[in-house]
Amino acid sequence: MNLPKELLYSEEHEWVKKEDGNVRIGITDFAQDELGDIVFVELPEVGDEIEADEPFGSVESVKTVSELYAPISGKVVEINEELEDSPEFVNESPYEKAWMIVVEPTNASELDELMSSDAYKEMVDED
Amino acid sequence: MSELKRTPLYPEYEKHGAKTIDFGGWDLPVQFAGIKHEHEVTRTKAGLFDVSHMGEIIVKGPESLIFLQKMTTNDVSKLTPNKAHYTFMCYENGGVVDDFLIYMIEEDHYLLVVNAANTVKDMDWLNKHNTYSEEDLNIEDVTKNYVQLALQGPKAEEILQKITDTDLSTIRFFRFLSDVRFTGIDSEAIVSRTGYTGEDGFEIYIDKNEGQKLWKLLLEIGKEDGLEPVGLGARDTLRFEANLPLYGQELSQDITPIEAGLKFAVKLDKKVDFIGKEVLQEQINNGTDRKLVGLEMIDRGIPRHGYSVLSGDEVIGQITSGTQAPTLKKNIGLALIQTNFAEVGTEVEVQVRKRKLKAIIIETPFLKRK
Repeated sequence: MNLPKELLYSEEHEWVKKEDGNVRIGITDFAQDELGDIVFVELPEVGDEIEADEPFGSVESVKTVSELYAPISGKVVEINEELEDSPEFVNESPYEKAWMIVVEPTNASELDELMSSDAYKEMVDED
Repeated sequence: MSELKRTPLYPEYEKHGAKTIDFGGWDLPVQFAGIKHEHEVTRTKAGLFDVSHMGEIIVKGPESLIFLQKMTTNDVSKLTPNKAHYTFMCYENGGVVDDFLIYMIEEDHYLLVVNAANTVKDMDWLNKHNTYSEEDLNIEDVTKNYVQLALQGPKAEEILQKITDTDLSTIRFFRFLSDVRFTGIDSEAIVSRTGYTGEDGFEIYIDKNEGQKLWKLLLEIGKEDGLEPVGLGARDTLRFEANLPLYGQELSQDITPIEAGLKFAVKLDKKVDFIGKEVLQEQINNGTDRKLVGLEMIDRGIPRHGYSVLSGDEVIGQITSGTQAPTLKKNIGLALIQTNFAEVGTEVEVQVRKRKLKAIIIETPFLKRK
């Protein structure tokens, strides 16, 4: 399982990357592997407000639909439109090509609630 | 919660990277290499499925023909030894207890291959209607005696032929042989040209103690033709594209075979009346208020089991099965909807979570059989 050290992780299997005040969000390698072949990604629109622990979109595998839960609150400033035509990026490149949204956080202290790669790995291994 | 049941092949799953799930109380592989890949392999080469969870029920004795005629909708008198057919067992109201295959092994000896999750219910229903003495009719659940494998795909016959002297080309669609021998395997197997994928292929019933050996032998011998193990995920997408119904989705105690468009297995003119005949006859004569249709999404989104289908603000039915079909690469679904919206070309909407998305009724089957 690939878990880059420089990222933060949520209990709902999103990763978060800090980028000059904004954060980039996607789902983890563990999550994509559990879900199997991703065939559809539904994202919010630029300008939408998202709220920590609330769904902001969904990913669908051949078999099921899974909600994406926001790791932090904020305003969506960018979305990865490529995922519309290439949802398989989520399986192939969960941390690079399959970033999902960039958010301007409303409360940066929410980032402190997220896990390090080690803590996330421990959580996943326990399940 | 009781422990999940395992087939004799369980120890083999992990060697092929399986992910397993609880499927009706069975710990079964949902996928090996990946659902889309396994689907493609089955359509273009061949796939091997462990379907040992399927229930096998033997019905035997001098009264077995008349009993099965009463209990099921297809005409059992048309079967001859080594022939099988698809049928329904219905409630009085026409709803379905189960859908299954009946194999006629020999005179007064039938094998019913039923849905895993319905096996106990089927046994109860059969026993409840069994008014005969033990000498006249015997019903036995023999599920645990068998491993059932499905070998499906265009290469299936070529692969299976490599390990048997029986000329498989003589087994036509919905025919079977009960005495097929495989290289290095002691017991005889039942081999039928049947399946649940829309591809050519076989279903094989073999002694549970030989199942593992046969599974390994097939994967080894079939490797050069591209044979791979396939899980329940692809089994579902394969059967869905071929419009083969799944009990609990297209059929249930609340959905009749006529509503589901499966009249071909309901024989009103057979000599013995069957349970549910009155309702099914009425539905065949006068039509049904609801009908199973195919639909394709116009807007971006995937229809899923249980989603509502609407026309304007009115709910006109539900999606029974839906996915992004791997071979057809379309977001399609089967839906049970009011008959007056069922015509091909009618535009409807599907409630996909918070959004109403446009869809259009299309012709079925989605995938034409070759």
